[in-house]
Amino acid sequence: MILYDYVLSASCYKVRLMAALLGTPLTLRAVNFHPGREHKSPEMLALNPKGTLPILQDRDTVLTDSADILRRLTADHPEWQNTDDDRWLAFASDLNDSLGLARLHDVIGYEADIDKARAAGVSALRKLEAHLTEQRFDGLIFLTGSNPTIADIACFPNTALAPDGGVTLDPYPSIRLWMRAIRSLPGFIEMPGIHRLHELAHPA
Amino acid sequence: MNAAIDNHWYPVAMISGIDAPRETLLLGKKISLGREDGTCWVLDASGAELPTVERFGHLWTSPGQPNRDLFTIPEADSPGRRLVDVGSVKVKCSPLRAVENFLDIAHFPFVHTDILGAEPHTEVDRYDVKIREEVDEVWATKVKFYQPQAAKSAAGGITTEYMYRVPAPTCSVLYKTCPPRPGEWDVITLFVQPLTEEWCEVWPWMALYDDESTMSEMVSFQQLIFMQDRSILENQLPRKLPLDPGMEVPTQADMTSVAYRRWLKKIGYTYGAQLVAA
Repeated sequence: MILYDYVLSASCYKVRLMAALLGTPLTLRAVNFHPGREHKSPEMLALNPKGTLPILQDRDTVLTDSADILRRLTADHPEWQNTDDDRWLAFASDLNDSLGLARLHDVIGYEADIDKARAAGVSALRKLEAHLTEQRFDGLIFLTGSNPTIADIACFPNTALAPDGGVTLDPYPSIRLWMRAIRSLPGFIEMPGIHRLHELAHPA
Repeated sequence: MNAAIDNHWYPVAMISGIDAPRETLLLGKKISLGREDGTCWVLDASGAELPTVERFGHLWTSPGQPNRDLFTIPEADSPGRRLVDVGSVKVKCSPLRAVENFLDIAHFPFVHTDILGAEPHTEVDRYDVKIREEVDEVWATKVKFYQPQAAKSAAGGITTEYMYRVPAPTCSVLYKTCPPRPGEWDVITLFVQPLTEEWCEVWPWMALYDDESTMSEMVSFQQLIFMQDRSILENQLPRKLPLDPGMEVPTQADMTSVAYRRWLKKIGYTYGAQLVAA
């Protein structure tokens, strides 16, 4: 499987992270999204007319939606799927349109109504915090239960990268614990802005 | 007006990225820039033309009257090198903090884990640092460090040798061992545009020997590295770089940074800095 990848994209990272957690090998093709705008080049548009990343190519199949890609990667891993995933995959899309947009604005100068993007991001984080707190009351650490599913992988990147867009995560203890649980998963990989757990990786 | 700050050249755009006129900030003031018939222009807020230099793939300007030409990097002109426009990243930190971070080696194993450094190889050996009075630049030489993946072109762990050069207050040039061509130096630069005293736009640029990697791979590699630094830079306190000793305690590994701060103080470069007695 080939992933057309941009190293700083939260959505591409969802795919890299999912594959790493499953132990599924991916061939990465670096795309110069910034500053090259290579995702809008004729070659890339031929592959994905929407001109977006990520793109997953598996023989004759081309998938361009990160939720679809997560479903396909976990097709033979039912433990990574849950009937509640769909609403969280939709929520992940809200995170991308708010926190993700604020990040692209602050980091690489994307046009955006930054106050609106951050406000929508904060509102989404409050919903996430409320849900994860309820989960903790029930003794559950992840979004849909006691085990991680594609719901967690879809929502994690833009949440964890919120500070890149000027949105602090300090007020959300349940979110921070949840992120720590994800970063502790065997096979976890980092991306710029999301560091690995040094202190847990090598316990004394 | 402060000549010690205004009379320098500053990067304000990547030339290949100027597709329409636009506004940006330089030293807290609005400027506009664009390109017409292949020539770049920059105007200050009152519409007056500012001087320009087009070099290293970037557009440079100055709000003052620079008393010398923009520095050169002769090594970058040698044939066979690939010139890499990395693009820009905005960071909410002092421009001087961004440069200082670029000069630091000790953070490699902790921030660029398994790429530019790895535990337990955390020790920074003694190296040479000098303010070269004749060119008014800071230089660090004979810097050696073990790196698991020193460059996109590196096949495995190597001990990399570095030279660091600060030719202007908000610019740094790094020369490092070139994995595919022993004996040559790869050139990696950090050009920092001071938007305000606590906000900057960083334009990395590279001149590398690498016949294997695609341009996109080289850009990705450098963006990966710099974005690992960004979240650290945005959390450094105090926000402005202290030029006087006492507020932050340097160690042996920080000799370059000590020389950089001393040099900034000597030339009176205080934008993004703080002068506070210990």
